[in-house]
Amino acid sequence: MAVLELETPVQAETRPAPRAQRRRLGGKAWQRWISPLALVVAWQVASSTGLLPTRLLAAPSTIAATAVELIQTGTLPTAIAVSLQRVLIGFAAGALSGVGLALISGLSRKGENAVDPIMQMLRALPFFGLIPLFILWFGIGETPKVLLVALAVSFPLYLNTFAGIRGVDGKLAEVARTLGLGRAQLIRHIVLPGALPQTLVGLRQSLGVAWLALIVAEQVNANAGLGYMINDAREFLRTDVIVVGLLVYSALGLLTDALVRLLERRALTWRREFLAR
Amino acid sequence: MATRVPGPLTLQETPAPERQVVASVQGLTRRFGERTVLDRLDLEVARGEFIALLGRSGSGKSTLLRALAGLDGEAEGGLSVTGSVAVAFQEPRLVPWKRVHANITLGLAVPNPKENADAALAEVGLSERAGAWPLTLSGGEAQRASLARALVREPDLLLLDEPFSALDALTRITIHQLVLQLWSAHRPSVLLVTHDVDEALLLADRVLVLDAGRIAHESVISAERPRHRDHPDLTSLRTTLLSALGVSPEGTS
Ligand SMILES: Nc1ncnc2c1ncn2[C@@H]1O[C@H](COP(=O)(O)OP(=O)(O)OP(=O)(O)O)[C@@H](O)[C@H]1O
Ligand SMILES: [Mg+2]
Repeated sequence: MAVLELETPVQAETRPAPRAQRRRLGGKAWQRWISPLALVVAWQVASSTGLLPTRLLAAPSTIAATAVELIQTGTLPTAIAVSLQRVLIGFAAGALSGVGLALISGLSRKGENAVDPIMQMLRALPFFGLIPLFILWFGIGETPKVLLVALAVSFPLYLNTFAGIRGVDGKLAEVARTLGLGRAQLIRHIVLPGALPQTLVGLRQSLGVAWLALIVAEQVNANAGLGYMINDAREFLRTDVIVVGLLVYSALGLLTDALVRLLERRALTWRREFLAR
Repeated sequence: MATRVPGPLTLQETPAPERQVVASVQGLTRRFGERTVLDRLDLEVARGEFIALLGRSGSGKSTLLRALAGLDGEAEGGLSVTGSVAVAFQEPRLVPWKRVHANITLGLAVPNPKENADAALAEVGLSERAGAWPLTLSGGEAQRASLARALVREPDLLLLDEPFSALDALTRITIHQLVLQLWSAHRPSVLLVTHDVDEALLLADRVLVLDAGRIAHESVISAERPRHRDHPDLTSLRTTLLSALGVSPEGTS
């Protein structure tokens, strides 16, 4: 999971110093590439000289060649498509229920009393521990995998959206009242936009756990997808394929993270310009 | 039309038309824990009247305004407000995720909210910043935006809580004139909280001093507007008001 970049305005005041520092480093950005490159070179040398047996870890060159081959034969694209579909469906279901429940409990005391205790109890469950039950209940098809992702996604979104709604400045609610806004308008113009920054924090956390949940679910049982590809490769000692699979997982994780950051940038312009001052 | 007043407050009938009362407060008491901030306070605001409210910091001016705005559910006593109310709060309280013009039009139920907002922003000299995010405004700009948001509603009762405190002397004079202009055009009742005795003398029909939870002093000013600071009536009133506030007038004039 990437480090969260969102900060409250209060924290933002302490921000100029590190920002300036980063800019100074920016001029010599290539320096940051030296050590990773050196590591890859060392890895390649170790593999070529036989110091690092392929059985444990394939050489970078082999991995690159395997990646090209997996793409050309269509194995990798198919696997990615399957995994991506699981994550997307699971994420959509989890996000919908997480945000939906947060709205119910955030917008009314009754809703809070009904929903929040249950969510707090369920939150304490180690949800990867639910896999055996899920298999018993739903078999080993798509359902348990998608459900596990949905479950993992819904909690960070629920907790953050709920906190966001409750954290909306009461003074703004007073303003809304003196401006003659009704309850629906209050929610639309004040509460929801006010909760958005915190919801986006939740979104980012939930995408992180979404990929994690997928990886765990796919390790346990799968006959298609990235996890299946990795498991299958293990049986044939294909460490190159395993590494390619892992790299794809992390690339997908980074990609979704970048998407959220883009969303943040667009949705929170009102705050960004302030932080940039 | 009586405004909704929450809590234990009682609503009262609109009084006789000869001196129309827009807001009337009877025996209003507000406690915060052990402290009594407003203590059986009485106040009547007539239609079209311009009242300035003075008082030391912490004397309860904002508390009284909140009650008049219908925001205080825990004040006890009689309070009735007739007609629409608009408030410019002590802190500008702009909605940070709405650009300045959207803040002005928020909840504005008129045929052309956009045009009205543009006009109001022009009046407070903020046309250039109409598209800005509130967090990027200076203190004085935010205050003017908040003022425009209240003025654009053309309310029956305009509650202004130190709306000029962050303005420089020149802008302040301009905005004083603007407020007087709008006041004579639409004739709302105005309750202006200020720390500035001169401001009160220049603008108001009636100056009240809030002390120990009550209206401790009242001066009626009948001098014609525009008034000059050195008007003899005002000079003597200034001394009176300052001593009502517990300040000796030496060194201030
Ligand atoms: N919500 C609250 N809880 C507790 N005490 C409060 C609350 N609101 C106001 N007070 C207290 O009531 C008193 C009056 O506050 P108020 O804001 O009305 O003062 P004010 O006359 O507007 O002062 P200033 O000129 O500094 O704005 C203050 O002592 C304040 O601490
Ligand atoms: Mg105040």
